[in-house]
Amino acid sequence: MFYILATVIVVFSFLAVTSRKVMRATVYLLFVLLATAGLYFIIDYNFMAGIQLIVYAGGIVALIVFAVMLTEKIGDKIESPSNMQMILAGLISIAGAGVTISVLLGHDFKQSTQNIGQNVATIGENLLNYGKDGYVLPFEVVSILLLASMIAAIVVAKRKFEN
Amino acid sequence: MIQGIGVTDFFIISTLMFFIGVYGFITRKNLITILIAIELILNAVAINFVIINKYLYPEGLHGQIFSIFIIAVAAAEVAIAIAIVIDFYRTNKSVNVDESEMMKY
Repeated sequence: MFYILATVIVVFSFLAVTSRKVMRATVYLLFVLLATAGLYFIIDYNFMAGIQLIVYAGGIVALIVFAVMLTEKIGDKIESPSNMQMILAGLISIAGAGVTISVLLGHDFKQSTQNIGQNVATIGENLLNYGKDGYVLPFEVVSILLLASMIAAIVVAKRKFEN
Repeated sequence: MIQGIGVTDFFIISTLMFFIGVYGFITRKNLITILIAIELILNAVAINFVIINKYLYPEGLHGQIFSIFIIAVAAAEVAIAIAIVIDFYRTNKSVNVDESEMMKY
């Protein structure tokens, strides 16, 4: 199961950045996000998988689909990058991935053998706890950030034009 | 926990996803496809946090909670970026980065 999800993630993320139709790229991104939720399910983090499905696969992909429909003609192909640019970007990415993977393979991770189940109640308590292991400050910061970005999105998208 | 699959396998997946995102970020010309590449990068980072939480420090919840914050920030970022893209399209009739120079006027 893990290898199926891994193949889906790698293949579809590559298609998402190379497809020449924007709508198809968006659908490939959706597949990548769903496979990521699958990864969270197979390591028993059901709450994370739920958040991934709702916010990423549901919300963000829907927003991108709306943006595509408002700005592109469906079926139009976008211009492909020049060969030089593709080769340079490919070399940079392959070099970066090579360095990172070689470091990862050389490092000996001390894997924990405990298999602790997670429950949603603990996550909720930690998010609102201001003592040890509490995350109430970043929680409030994120809530202010979401409010500010909501206002900013409305202001930017509803700007009036002179012409 | 799955038999025979260690933390390194997950890290290799997220590394490949991250650098595919970097490749897309460099080569793409259309603003929406650049946004898709950024989503791939953010998702790879969130996978890393969750996997480190699960395999290296399972007694805490820090990785999961930071992944939740990363997802919230990604949602906010996409909302703003799409508002800007739609505004840009209305003034410019295109979503090509080469023309985004006019945004400063």
